[in-house]
Amino acid sequence: MALTVEIEKNYGSFHLNVFFETGWEVLALLGASGCGKSLTLKCIAGIEKPDRGRIVLDGRVLYDSEKRICLPPQRRRVGYLFQQYALFPNMTVEQNIAAGIRLRRGPARKRRVQELVERFHLEDTLGKLPRQLSGGQQQRVALGRILASEPEVILLDEPFSALDSYLKWQLEMELKELLSLFHGTVLWVSHDRGEAYRNCGRVCVLEEGRSLPVTDMETLMAAPATCSAARLAGYQNLTPVRPGGAPGLLSLPEWGCALRCAQPWREGVTHIGLRAEAIRPAREGERENCLACDVVSVTEDVAARVLVLRPVDAPPGATPLWMERPKGEPLPAGGLPVHIPPESIALLEG
Amino acid sequence: MDWFPLLNSLRIAAISTVVIFFAGILAAYYIAKLPPLLKGVLDVVMTLPLVLPPTVVGYLLLRLLGPTRPIGAFILEHFGTKMVMTWWSAIFATVVVAFPLMYRTARGAFESFDRDLAYAGQTLGRSNTWVFWRVRMPCCRQGILAGTVLAFARALGEYGATSMIAGYTPGRTATISTTVYQLWRTDNDALALRWVLVNIAISAVVLLAVNLLERRSKAPRRKEAV
Repeated sequence: MALTVEIEKNYGSFHLNVFFETGWEVLALLGASGCGKSLTLKCIAGIEKPDRGRIVLDGRVLYDSEKRICLPPQRRRVGYLFQQYALFPNMTVEQNIAAGIRLRRGPARKRRVQELVERFHLEDTLGKLPRQLSGGQQQRVALGRILASEPEVILLDEPFSALDSYLKWQLEMELKELLSLFHGTVLWVSHDRGEAYRNCGRVCVLEEGRSLPVTDMETLMAAPATCSAARLAGYQNLTPVRPGGAPGLLSLPEWGCALRCAQPWREGVTHIGLRAEAIRPAREGERENCLACDVVSVTEDVAARVLVLRPVDAPPGATPLWMERPKGEPLPAGGLPVHIPPESIALLEG
Repeated sequence: MDWFPLLNSLRIAAISTVVIFFAGILAAYYIAKLPPLLKGVLDVVMTLPLVLPPTVVGYLLLRLLGPTRPIGAFILEHFGTKMVMTWWSAIFATVVVAFPLMYRTARGAFESFDRDLAYAGQTLGRSNTWVFWRVRMPCCRQGILAGTVLAFARALGEYGATSMIAGYTPGRTATISTTVYQLWRTDNDALALRWVLVNIAISAVVLLAVNLLERRSKAPRRKEAV
């Protein structure tokens, strides 16, 4: 089970250019809204037609602009879980699931429906219409219907965007379990790094229609390569950087300081990324990688305290620094020297 | 009282409704898929009879179907029948005049149809025909039914184009509307009033049917909210 996607498409002023390869795994497609995630899925499913490129599923060509191949969605065997599930509102749960089965009418077909209903715990909802179901039940029916059609790859388009947040955690576990019934490739579209991190092994970041090379999830979190990857990975602090003269030394014009960095310098780096929780107040007498700051504001968040800082030597108009600390820690009066660990600095390309 | 005009009106309206039903749905479905410019042009053409005076429609139909006109002459030569001044001539008039009502309501229904439902059907391996009849049509049922009833009501009440293309021959081409006009013109006020009441009764029943359909479509949702 392998999927190769290499497509380009112009969509008004938006330009989609996506390349990735994936094996038998759950691959996250991570990107901000409007970056082309859904369009990519639609091209793979055959709902939208790319301008150029090829899509190959397990040696089977689904789309190839050079060979003029473009299979209709019916023949692609690509399962698509839509954001709002797209259950047929005029059909019962049983009919919805049966709609996915490719067998002719008969006992075999009935048995297959029965089997899926049991596996997805839908016995009590068989005769109900989709609008009478809870969000979680709707998702189960939609997934059951997809598995009924025996797809070779499943596309999940923001599977939890239609649900209340308090339900998400439980449903995420449920979805993970149900997906384990499926043997093949899963593409999981999300804008939520936590969701992607918990459920996917590898990730392909999309920024403004362009895909970055596939990396594993840990690498994205610990060492993102670009600014948009860093933003998606939850790096709150991004600031321009120049090489600082000596090896391992960085010059940060916006913060008016020089810092040591554990990552070796490479061509193309324009910014550094820094998580808010990586910064800590400097200890007495600590000098290495320390930065004198003024506290601009303090915000109590649900589980932490967020401090907005301004480096003392920063030029006017420079972006401030975000620091996250545990609640209840004593607040310093006035100035606050902070320490930035060298290993927490990520070097980013623009 | 001779009931022929009622029978004639009903059969004309019924046959034209069947024609309009399929033509309107097909037009709405395929025009929605066209590129914007062509869509805009065809949309105007399809809707035009709604705003044109029926006499203009009648005039245009006579120009096409009259015995000396292109289509009319062709039919007369090959099939030996005139296209105008028969009872079924009125069907041409009612189809053209009532078509936009079906076309526009069906189009509105199709436009509000969630496209993901069609995509879901396709990715599940279902044919486009299956998706159309099993998902799209049931989901758009209300709009299509409303359009059908409106088209029927309009066809039943058509006067202008009908009188031009089918004329008024008692017992042959007379409809309720042309009969009312003739009776009034010939000072037969009492009988004219009777036909007027018949017409009002039928129209009221039709509109009542529309309201009942709408209420039934809303009822399940109201129950759900409780």
